[in-house]
Amino acid sequence: MVAHLLRLKLTLLRNSVRRSPWQLVGLGIGTLYALGIVGLLVAGLLLLRGQEIELAQTVVVLGGAAALLGWAIIPVAVSAADMTLDPARFTTFAVPMPQLLAGLALGGLIGIPGLATSIVALATVGTWSRSVPAAAGALVGAVLGVLSCVVLSKVVTTATAGLASSRRFKDISAVAFLIPLVLMGPIVAGIAKGIAGSGDFLASLSRTLSWTPAGAAFSLGGELAAGHYGAAAVKFLIAVATLAGLALAWKVLLQRALVTPPYAGTSKRRSGGPGLFGVLPATPAAAVAARSLYYWLRDPRYAGALVVVPLLPVLFLFQGSQSGFYGPFQFVGPLTAFLLAWSISTDVSYDSTAFALHVATGVRGADDRLGRALACLSFALPVVLLFSVGPFFLTGDWAKLPAVLGLSLGVLFSGLGLSSVVSARYTVSVPLPGDSPFKKPPGNVAQTLAVQLGGMAVLMVLVAPEVALVAAQFITGSTVPGWIALVLGPVLGLALFATGVRVGGIWLDRRAPELLAQLAVNR
Amino acid sequence: MTYQTPDQQGQPAPHGPSAPTVPALSLLGLAKRFGDKIAVDGITLDVPAGSFYGVVGPNGAGKTTTLSMATGLLRPDFGTALVHGVDVWQHPLEAKKLMGILPDGVRLFDRLSGEQLVTYAGLLRGMDRDTVAARVAELLAALDLGNDAGTLVVDYSAGMTKKIALASALIHAPRLLVLDEPFESVDPISAANIRDILDRYVASGGTVIVSSHVMDLVQRMCDHVAVVAGGRVLAAGTVEEVRAGASLEDRFVQLVGGRNHTEGLEWLRTF
Repeated sequence: MVAHLLRLKLTLLRNSVRRSPWQLVGLGIGTLYALGIVGLLVAGLLLLRGQEIELAQTVVVLGGAAALLGWAIIPVAVSAADMTLDPARFTTFAVPMPQLLAGLALGGLIGIPGLATSIVALATVGTWSRSVPAAAGALVGAVLGVLSCVVLSKVVTTATAGLASSRRFKDISAVAFLIPLVLMGPIVAGIAKGIAGSGDFLASLSRTLSWTPAGAAFSLGGELAAGHYGAAAVKFLIAVATLAGLALAWKVLLQRALVTPPYAGTSKRRSGGPGLFGVLPATPAAAVAARSLYYWLRDPRYAGALVVVPLLPVLFLFQGSQSGFYGPFQFVGPLTAFLLAWSISTDVSYDSTAFALHVATGVRGADDRLGRALACLSFALPVVLLFSVGPFFLTGDWAKLPAVLGLSLGVLFSGLGLSSVVSARYTVSVPLPGDSPFKKPPGNVAQTLAVQLGGMAVLMVLVAPEVALVAAQFITGSTVPGWIALVLGPVLGLALFATGVRVGGIWLDRRAPELLAQLAVNR
Repeated sequence: MTYQTPDQQGQPAPHGPSAPTVPALSLLGLAKRFGDKIAVDGITLDVPAGSFYGVVGPNGAGKTTTLSMATGLLRPDFGTALVHGVDVWQHPLEAKKLMGILPDGVRLFDRLSGEQLVTYAGLLRGMDRDTVAARVAELLAALDLGNDAGTLVVDYSAGMTKKIALASALIHAPRLLVLDEPFESVDPISAANIRDILDRYVASGGTVIVSSHVMDLVQRMCDHVAVVAGGRVLAAGTVEEVRAGASLEDRFVQLVGGRNHTEGLEWLRTF
């Protein structure tokens, strides 16, 4: 039975790449990325072999505890739990519980995260290959540790399945998870500073952790290498008890979950009125704009961008405060303009097959384009103006304001124009509606990369005049190019915006059914 | 093309520019190929104006592909589709104004509330705000969605989603309704309500095309039927003509074939 479950998982994995060779390419890229990280970690662990026991033990135990934490948190936080072997699908098959548990646990190892964790964990055997008992202990510890990771992740996902299946929780957690992700730099820097301040802290933390379920398994090799056989025996018992306890908890939770399917209670609302549709003018373009604005607020794939934008100045401020040089901070306006304008280049792909409504109602392409662009512009323009002017209150270098402002407006309008064309012509693979923004999107990764990179290259060309004028001011110190940029940016930008909406609209009028057919491939 | 007044029940048939003898939908040699597979292999079909037309066929017969090509959602490789004499692929905007479409297997803009989604469909068609508001309220009440008007469509059940999509197709009072599997996962009460709405619509001169694989439903509801299999029309005409005395289901099985009368499965009785 366990073998059946493993074979099922492998078959599902193989079939998922069989739909198109491009998905194989996508999987290949993902694998290469994972291989790179795994390679670095493995190399690091092997290098630790020559280091003192104390240092190696600290690194291995803390790394193991971090892996455990990651397996517990990440699947829930990003709503991307691996559901290929969803236990709910086996309810009708009467699989004996111990075999189901074993099959699902081992199945959890198949896939990039499981394999990566296993390989890195096994590399600790290399770290501790200083004596036979140490290497053996490390091997046992790695097996216990990796299994604990997988089972812990199952415990957490099973326990939160009810919560995680509610749409509201999914939406909020996906967006909230972005905040620490974006602020990763400052957070890591802060932690690193703290560590540099107290080198002993980590060693003592690792010593403490190694006596807890979080670190016991991965500390086995180190204890044996140091000759602490008594401590090793106790920690072995702790690690085994941890795994057994987790397995028991999982079994109980799963038994309950199998007979009580998650029920996502939703609040009924009689009527909220037409909302924005009643406020904006009653034209097709305004209706498209109202719909887009609702999506910016309600769809985590869009809302994620809105969460990231206010964090950008924070990032640049932090970077400036570290280096004492606020040069990049002055360009947070143009950067925001680029991010927001480019974000609607995937608009039709985000619609997925819901775009059929636009095709069926025969809305004119130009109205479709204009509505989406104006929705983005309605909040992007004030934000970009604020971010362009704001930094100069700090730097006081007001002479550069016209140039930066011109560049911002140029990038914003040109970008929206270009996005209007790109999204009318090319679909890219994005997470499907309702999926987490972090979920690996189905479909053609290569085309996505080509469209994104190509589009950005074209945008660079389109805003080249503004960039050149800004560069001229920064190099020569003359304010004349800056003032020219302030005039040229909006003028050229608006011209490109109008052209983009028109060209995109014409393409949409001609090719809307073909576009819909491309969207239907991914569904 | 002007829109009907919001209350059109009991009013005479909507008379457009074309004469009543022009079929509501006329397909001529429609064909579509996906890769190596020929999904639709030259379908020619006339749907008379004012008829309630059923399209039946086994899974994978090409029903959805045909209806998508007839409604301007999927470009055919060959053939033409005329809606009240307007070529769908030459003059898509005019043709789409005449049609209300309920496609099968497509998503909706489900982060809007039900009310907003139907409003959106109306505004996209260029209707004025007051007409849209009045019709949305009436449609939601008629489809038993009044209590969920403000709920986001993403939180709707499958049947409710189907009904809200139907409301979006009806909002502009089209002359031709093309409904792909409209009763799938709809509860019996709502299905009966929808049938009433469609019956009244046909009685006042509108044309409805439904695809389904529930034969009983088609036999009871429709006056015309076409049997499609393997991307071709096997039989078409009034329900009486097609079923030729037998029940539609028997006639369907006879036309399409594929029933296996092998003995087998003896062990199923050995429990």
